[in-house]
Amino acid sequence: MVTGGDPGLATAREIAATVPDPELPMLTVADLGILRDVAAEDGRLVVTITPTYSGCPALREIAHDLRHRLSAAGFGQVTVRIALAPAWSSDWITAEGRRKLREAGIAPPHPARRKPGPVPLTLTVTRRARVTCPRCGSADTAQTAAFGATACKALFRCRACREPFEQVKAI
Amino acid sequence: MTEDEFTAYQSLSEETEDHRWAFGTGFTDPLEGIDASVPPGVDAQALGAYCLMLGDDALIYSHRLQQWMTRMPELEEETALANVALDLLGQARMLLARAGLAEGAGRQEDQLAFFRDEHEFRNVLLAERQDADFAELAGRLLIFSAWRLALFGRLAASADPVLAAIAAKSVQELAYHRDYAAQWVIRLGDGTPLSHGKMQAALGAIWPLVAELFQPDPVTAALPAVAADPAGVRAEVDAVLDTVLAAATLERPDVAPLARVAGRSGRDGVHTEAFGYLLAELQSVARAHPDATW
Repeated sequence: MVTGGDPGLATAREIAATVPDPELPMLTVADLGILRDVAAEDGRLVVTITPTYSGCPALREIAHDLRHRLSAAGFGQVTVRIALAPAWSSDWITAEGRRKLREAGIAPPHPARRKPGPVPLTLTVTRRARVTCPRCGSADTAQTAAFGATACKALFRCRACREPFEQVKAI
Repeated sequence: MTEDEFTAYQSLSEETEDHRWAFGTGFTDPLEGIDASVPPGVDAQALGAYCLMLGDDALIYSHRLQQWMTRMPELEEETALANVALDLLGQARMLLARAGLAEGAGRQEDQLAFFRDEHEFRNVLLAERQDADFAELAGRLLIFSAWRLALFGRLAASADPVLAAIAAKSVQELAYHRDYAAQWVIRLGDGTPLSHGKMQAALGAIWPLVAELFQPDPVTAALPAVAADPAGVRAEVDAVLDTVLAAATLERPDVAPLARVAGRSGRDGVHTEAFGYLLAELQSVARAHPDATW
């Protein structure tokens, strides 16, 4: 039985926040900003998460892991709910998450576009973006591919240290 | 591996009651826990039919893109296209799930994807077309994603909150798809005489399917506050295409639209010959072993 004022709810939040993302395992779901809510409803624990991309296959594993860890900690009935709105933005990755990404050699995303109206076209092939190399810190980087090994990443290379690296896409 | 990393993978191999259906997406309901009630005043059957149209566009086009896997010229392009196909498959799953919940007849995403026949699919013909070469792939992806992005930009304000949320998420993805395709069209069009000629020929081959994208249909007409009028996005799509074609030094083809069959087309369940083969590939295993799990 979990209620709003229950100290168990704080514990549940802590446990939920430790669940790693299967595709970026150095980050927790809290670092990534996809853990939206941990609440008590009619004595049941309800955890709300949001997808990063529509087809993200990690969501199912995250839901599974949340249920597993919370029930192992004694929270019997755990419901995992998907929230679609508002849509996840890479801006929600925490400062801690960005630090962990950089340490793992992945550039964190630059601020995502936030303007109403039609999305403008980007026609230049190689963007000299506001992306710094996670290895040597140089700002002299170039995008080599707009898509990477997972839905959330793009490929870059550093012109200073010549190393390729991944960036979490800004959406 | 840290303990946390290990646990994330360990949970995959545990024995649970949570069996996966072998051939489908059947992992979870992509709309799990979402309030799927139909807003008052909205025709639920029409909403279901509308989500089916948009879901079918994504499902069928995603499958066509998947057929390119292992055939792309470079690893980066292979990865890019796999990502585009995955995004569209994700959109299709949510839209088909929404369609099933709105119509209220108990049909789930897998039943809608694998157990409907040709005439029950409502995708536009552009989605089912088979690309003859890489230039057609780039041109078709540009037109499809420019059109879908414009449509979904409007749908983000739909009176159905579920459809609005799906559209808002999809807009982020479609913007990436459109940029990717636009950059290839420009590279080919403004490239060598050979690549320019092939890109121009590809546009000429695809263009007869463009008119259908803006054709009014009765389902959209029955959902004034929910659906986006396809004719209403024509100017926005044209502006995008003209910008890209100008940068690519390509001409907008002057060709007649593909003739409709007794006034009917993809949205009415009338498809091209190529569609039957696509559907057979998509559905045959699921139909041979219905409800198999692993």
